Amino acid sequence: MSNKFWISEKALDIQEVVDLVTRREAGAINTFIGTVREFTKGKRTLLLEYQAYVPMAEKKLAQIGEEIKEKWPDTDTAIAHRIGRLDITDIAVVIAVSTPHRADSYDASRYAIERIKEIVPIWKKEYWENGEEWIGDQKEQKAYPKGQPDEEDLT
Amino acid sequence: MNKILLFAGLQEKAGKAELQLEAVNKSIKEVKELLKDSYQLEEIDTSMAAVNEEYANGDFVVKEGDTIAFIPPVSGG
Repeated sequence: MSNKFWISEKALDIQEVVDLVTRREAGAINTFIGTVREFTKGKRTLLLEYQAYVPMAEKKLAQIGEEIKEKWPDTDTAIAHRIGRLDITDIAVVIAVSTPHRADSYDASRYAIERIKEIVPIWKKEYWENGEEWIGDQKEQKAYPKGQPDEEDLT
Repeated sequence: MNKILLFAGLQEKAGKAELQLEAVNKSIKEVKELLKDSYQLEEIDTSMAAVNEEYANGDFVVKEGDTIAFIPPVSGG
Protein backbone atom coordinates (compact mmCIF):
# COMPACT_ATOMS: atom_id res chain seq x y z
CA MET A 1 0.00 0.00 0.00
CA SER A 2 1.41 3.33 -1.01
CA ASN A 3 1.42 5.94 1.72
CA LYS A 4 -0.03 8.53 -0.64
CA PHE A 5 -3.57 7.16 -0.51
CA TRP A 6 -5.31 6.79 2.82
CA ILE A 7 -8.46 6.87 4.88
CA SER A 8 -8.32 8.89 8.09
CA GLU A 9 -10.43 9.15 11.20
CA LYS A 10 -8.73 12.41 12.06
CA ALA A 11 -9.04 15.86 10.51
CA LEU A 12 -7.19 16.07 7.19
CA ASP A 13 -4.15 18.30 6.82
CA ILE A 14 -4.17 19.86 3.35
CA GLN A 15 -0.49 20.70 3.43
CA GLU A 16 0.43 17.12 4.28
CA VAL A 17 -1.28 15.91 1.10
CA VAL A 18 0.25 18.66 -1.04
CA ASP A 19 3.74 17.95 0.31
CA LEU A 20 3.50 14.35 -0.88
CA VAL A 21 3.34 15.42 -4.53
CA THR A 22 5.65 18.43 -4.38
CA ARG A 23 8.71 17.85 -6.60
CA ARG A 24 11.17 19.75 -8.74
CA GLU A 25 9.76 18.49 -12.05
CA ALA A 26 6.30 19.89 -11.36
CA GLY A 27 5.11 23.26 -12.62
CA ALA A 28 1.63 22.85 -11.16
CA ILE A 29 -0.04 21.31 -8.15
CA ASN A 30 -3.81 21.20 -8.32
CA THR A 31 -5.58 20.71 -5.01
CA PHE A 32 -9.21 19.69 -4.64
CA ILE A 33 -10.81 20.01 -1.23
CA GLY A 34 -14.23 18.42 -0.73
CA THR A 35 -16.15 19.93 2.19
CA VAL A 36 -19.42 19.21 3.98
CA ARG A 37 -22.23 21.32 2.53
CA GLU A 38 -25.08 22.58 4.69
CA PHE A 39 -27.88 22.75 2.13
CA THR A 40 -28.65 20.16 -0.56
CA LYS A 41 -31.64 21.01 -2.73
CA GLY A 42 -33.03 23.21 0.02
CA LYS A 43 -32.68 20.57 2.69
CA ARG A 44 -30.53 21.41 5.66
CA THR A 45 -27.86 18.92 6.70
CA LEU A 46 -26.86 19.00 10.36
CA LEU A 47 -23.87 16.68 10.08
CA LEU A 48 -22.50 13.79 8.05
CA GLU A 49 -21.13 10.41 8.92
CA TYR A 50 -18.73 8.71 6.52
CA GLN A 51 -18.03 5.00 6.58
CA ALA A 52 -15.47 3.10 4.49
CA TYR A 53 -14.36 -0.41 3.76
CA VAL A 54 -10.94 0.86 4.71
CA PRO A 55 -8.45 -1.61 3.18
CA MET A 56 -10.34 -1.80 -0.11
CA ALA A 57 -10.95 1.97 -0.20
CA GLU A 58 -7.23 2.63 0.16
CA LYS A 59 -6.49 0.16 -2.64
CA LYS A 60 -9.05 1.81 -4.90
CA LEU A 61 -7.64 5.28 -4.18
CA ALA A 62 -4.22 3.95 -5.15
CA GLN A 63 -5.76 2.46 -8.30
CA ILE A 64 -7.05 5.91 -9.23
CA GLY A 65 -3.51 7.21 -8.82
CA GLU A 66 -2.31 4.52 -11.24
CA GLU A 67 -5.05 5.33 -13.74
CA ILE A 68 -4.06 8.99 -13.63
CA LYS A 69 -0.44 8.08 -14.28
CA GLU A 70 -1.47 6.13 -17.38
CA LYS A 71 -3.68 8.90 -18.73
CA TRP A 72 -1.39 11.79 -17.90
CA PRO A 73 2.23 10.64 -17.84
CA ASP A 74 4.58 12.19 -15.32
CA THR A 75 1.80 12.91 -12.84
CA ASP A 76 2.01 12.41 -9.11
CA THR A 77 -1.16 12.03 -7.05
CA ALA A 78 -2.04 11.87 -3.35
CA ILE A 79 -5.54 11.41 -1.94
CA ALA A 80 -6.81 11.37 1.65
CA HIS A 81 -10.43 10.76 2.63
CA ARG A 82 -11.85 11.24 6.08
CA ILE A 83 -14.37 8.98 7.80
CA GLY A 84 -16.44 9.28 10.96
CA ARG A 85 -18.60 12.18 12.01
CA LEU A 86 -18.09 15.46 10.14
CA ASP A 87 -19.61 18.87 10.75
CA ILE A 88 -20.65 21.43 8.15
CA THR A 89 -17.55 22.94 6.40
CA ASP A 90 -15.28 20.10 7.58
CA ILE A 91 -12.95 18.64 4.95
CA ALA A 92 -14.04 15.22 3.68
CA VAL A 93 -11.45 14.68 0.95
CA VAL A 94 -8.19 16.21 -0.24
CA ILE A 95 -6.73 15.46 -3.66
CA ALA A 96 -3.38 16.82 -4.78
CA VAL A 97 -1.98 16.26 -8.27
CA SER A 98 1.32 17.57 -9.48
CA THR A 99 2.19 17.76 -13.19
CA PRO A 100 4.81 19.47 -15.31
CA HIS A 101 2.18 21.75 -16.89
CA ARG A 102 -1.04 23.16 -15.44
CA ALA A 103 -3.65 21.83 -17.89
CA ASP A 104 -3.06 18.21 -16.95
CA SER A 105 -3.25 18.98 -13.24
CA TYR A 106 -6.83 20.29 -13.60
CA ASP A 107 -7.94 17.35 -15.74
CA ALA A 108 -6.37 14.74 -13.51
CA SER A 109 -7.77 16.28 -10.34
CA ARG A 110 -11.27 16.29 -11.81
CA TYR A 111 -10.84 12.70 -12.93
CA ALA A 112 -9.80 11.67 -9.41
CA ILE A 113 -12.90 13.04 -7.67
CA GLU A 114 -15.25 11.57 -10.28
CA ARG A 115 -13.62 8.14 -9.93
CA ILE A 116 -13.85 8.31 -6.15
CA LYS A 117 -17.59 8.68 -6.54
CA GLU A 118 -17.69 5.62 -8.82
CA ILE A 119 -15.40 2.96 -7.40
CA VAL A 120 -14.19 3.74 -3.88
CA PRO A 121 -16.18 1.97 -1.13
CA ILE A 122 -17.01 5.00 1.01
CA TRP A 123 -20.53 5.98 2.08
CA LYS A 124 -22.01 9.03 3.67
CA LYS A 125 -25.00 9.27 5.93
CA GLU A 126 -26.78 12.60 6.06
CA TYR A 127 -28.44 13.73 9.27
CA TRP A 128 -31.23 16.27 8.85
CA GLU A 129 -33.50 18.01 11.32
CA ASN A 130 -36.18 15.41 10.62
CA GLY A 131 -34.31 12.24 9.84
CA GLU A 132 -31.24 10.50 8.50
CA GLU A 133 -30.31 8.38 5.51
CA TRP A 134 -27.39 6.61 3.89
CA ILE A 135 -26.86 8.28 0.54
CA GLY A 136 -26.29 6.10 -2.50
CA ASP A 137 -24.83 7.95 -5.41
CA GLN A 138 -27.54 6.68 -7.71
CA LYS A 139 -29.87 9.04 -5.88
CA GLU A 140 -27.64 11.99 -6.54
CA GLN A 141 -26.15 11.68 -10.00
CA LYS A 142 -25.11 8.34 -11.34
CA ALA A 143 -27.46 5.44 -11.83
CA TYR A 144 -26.33 1.86 -11.95
CA PRO A 145 -28.91 0.43 -14.36
CA LYS A 146 -27.54 -3.07 -13.83
CA GLY A 147 -27.21 -2.64 -10.11
CA GLN A 148 -23.49 -2.05 -10.35
CA PRO A 149 -20.99 -0.07 -12.35
CA ASP A 150 -19.98 -1.51 -15.69
CA GLU A 151 -17.12 -3.99 -15.53
CA GLU A 152 -14.83 -1.67 -17.43
CA ASP A 153 -15.43 1.06 -14.88
CA LEU A 154 -14.05 -1.04 -12.10
CA THR A 155 -10.87 -2.70 -13.24
CA MET B 1 -16.55 -20.86 5.98
CA ASN B 2 -16.70 -17.32 4.70
CA LYS B 3 -16.72 -13.91 6.25
CA ILE B 4 -19.44 -11.59 4.96
CA LEU B 5 -19.07 -7.82 5.38
CA LEU B 6 -21.96 -5.39 5.20
CA PHE B 7 -21.78 -1.63 4.93
CA ALA B 8 -23.91 1.49 5.18
CA GLY B 9 -27.64 0.82 4.76
CA LEU B 10 -27.13 -2.95 4.46
CA GLN B 11 -25.26 -3.03 7.73
CA GLU B 12 -27.93 -1.02 9.47
CA LYS B 13 -30.77 -3.15 8.17
CA ALA B 14 -29.09 -6.45 9.04
CA GLY B 15 -28.11 -5.08 12.45
CA LYS B 16 -24.55 -6.29 12.03
CA ALA B 17 -21.40 -5.43 10.13
CA GLU B 18 -20.05 -8.92 9.82
CA LEU B 19 -21.30 -12.48 9.75
CA GLN B 20 -20.06 -15.97 9.01
CA LEU B 21 -21.66 -17.97 6.24
CA GLU B 22 -20.93 -21.24 4.51
CA ALA B 23 -20.78 -19.94 0.94
CA VAL B 24 -18.14 -22.20 -0.63
CA ASN B 25 -19.01 -23.18 -4.22
CA LYS B 26 -21.91 -20.72 -4.28
CA SER B 27 -21.94 -17.88 -6.76
CA ILE B 28 -22.13 -14.29 -5.57
CA LYS B 29 -25.61 -14.19 -7.00
CA GLU B 30 -26.64 -17.16 -4.86
CA VAL B 31 -25.08 -15.63 -1.76
CA LYS B 32 -27.07 -12.47 -2.41
CA GLU B 33 -30.30 -14.45 -2.60
CA LEU B 34 -29.45 -16.25 0.62
CA LEU B 35 -28.79 -13.05 2.51
CA LYS B 36 -31.83 -11.39 1.02
CA ASP B 37 -34.02 -14.15 2.40
CA SER B 38 -32.34 -14.42 5.79
CA TYR B 39 -32.14 -10.71 6.59
CA GLN B 40 -34.79 -9.12 4.33
CA LEU B 41 -32.00 -7.27 2.56
CA GLU B 42 -33.75 -6.25 -0.67
CA GLU B 43 -31.13 -3.53 -1.13
CA ILE B 44 -28.52 -6.19 -1.77
CA ASP B 45 -29.82 -6.40 -5.37
CA THR B 46 -28.47 -2.94 -6.10
CA SER B 47 -25.21 -3.57 -4.27
CA MET B 48 -21.91 -4.57 -5.76
CA ALA B 49 -19.85 -7.39 -4.32
CA ALA B 50 -16.16 -7.56 -3.58
CA VAL B 51 -14.23 -10.75 -2.92
CA ASN B 52 -11.04 -10.28 -0.94
CA GLU B 53 -11.18 -6.52 -1.54
CA GLU B 54 -11.64 -6.65 -5.32
CA TYR B 55 -14.92 -6.18 -7.19
CA ALA B 56 -16.44 -9.45 -8.39
CA ASN B 57 -19.44 -10.11 -10.61
CA GLY B 58 -22.47 -12.27 -9.89
CA ASP B 59 -21.02 -15.39 -11.50
CA PHE B 60 -17.95 -15.45 -9.29
CA VAL B 61 -17.79 -18.70 -7.32
CA VAL B 62 -16.75 -18.42 -3.69
CA LYS B 63 -13.83 -20.41 -2.34
CA GLU B 64 -13.01 -21.47 1.24
CA GLY B 65 -11.81 -18.50 3.27
CA ASP B 66 -12.91 -15.80 0.82
CA THR B 67 -14.13 -12.59 2.41
CA ILE B 68 -17.18 -11.25 0.61
CA ALA B 69 -18.20 -7.63 1.04
CA PHE B 70 -21.49 -6.19 -0.18
CA ILE B 71 -21.10 -2.64 -1.30
CA PRO B 72 -24.15 -0.42 -1.71
CA PRO B 73 -23.84 2.43 -4.24
CA VAL B 74 -20.95 4.51 -2.97
CA SER B 75 -21.17 8.16 -1.98
CA GLY B 76 -17.70 9.31 -1.03
CA GLY B 77 -16.04 12.56 -1.99
